[in-house]
Amino acid sequence: MTLTQAEKAAVVTIWAKVATQADAIGAESLERLFSSYPQTKTYFPHFDLSQGSAQLRAHGSKVMNAIGEAVKNIDDIRGALAKLSELHAYILRVDPVNFRLLSHCILCSVAARYPSDFTPEAHAAWDKFLSSVSSVLTEKYR
Amino acid sequence: MVHWTAEEKQLITSVWGKVNVEECGAEALARLLIVYPWTQRFFDNFGNLSSPTAIIGNPKVRAHGKKVLTSFGDAVKNLENLKATFSKLSELHCEKLHVDPENFRLLGDILIIVLAAHFTKDFTPACQATWQKLVGVVAHALAYKYH
Repeated sequence: MTLTQAEKAAVVTIWAKVATQADAIGAESLERLFSSYPQTKTYFPHFDLSQGSAQLRAHGSKVMNAIGEAVKNIDDIRGALAKLSELHAYILRVDPVNFRLLSHCILCSVAARYPSDFTPEAHAAWDKFLSSVSSVLTEKYR
Repeated sequence: MVHWTAEEKQLITSVWGKVNVEECGAEALARLLIVYPWTQRFFDNFGNLSSPTAIIGNPKVRAHGKKVLTSFGDAVKNLENLKATFSKLSELHCEKLHVDPENFRLLGDILIIVLAAHFTKDFTPACQATWQKLVGVVAHALAYKYH
């Protein structure tokens, strides 16, 4: 699954806006994930997951920074996220199904904050982009 | 049988009360066909689905989107009895339409995103969680009579 030039452009355009609120969007996305899919909390027994927690914010930041790296290197996501890919495969071992859940929650957060920018075309591009990122992060699992 | 708390029922009915079924239905179906193009396989007779613009403007897409979301409204009115409410529709989707139930989940998630865009900050994580539960049980009810 490769992104077309138009899709890459759509991803980059929306990212420019998302980046200005990356931390908040990251934290909100995780909050949505843990509320809608409580089973995802099993990966964070060591975290304070209450709303507004510093750990939640820090982790949301981390996730969004990684997405930002993927956007900046959209022609070589695999290269940009190589270390993260190994981390998820050998250390974190988050079940692949959860990437789809988090991607969905990120899309919800972005749609809620930028409804007029989140056109069907932008939505399709972002869904595909996050799917690409997820594939890269799980490709070394076995 | 699914249990709904008073808070969940409130979140469902208050959101649903503000939904324009025709607009929202049309948008949800259009986005499904755009974001997941393979779902177009069920709509060979819908005419022009060749681009996002064509899909959004397609009158059959709009009409069918409205039909689907109107039916979803039956779920909101019958939260305690979803399997019975969707029994006939479930049989239809299996025996006549041959729709993989995975598509119900895809459409449910698209609907959630449409609601998020529409209600913005009012579509809180708690609100989303309730609606994820609703679209999940509707998908389950629609798949229930599959054989």
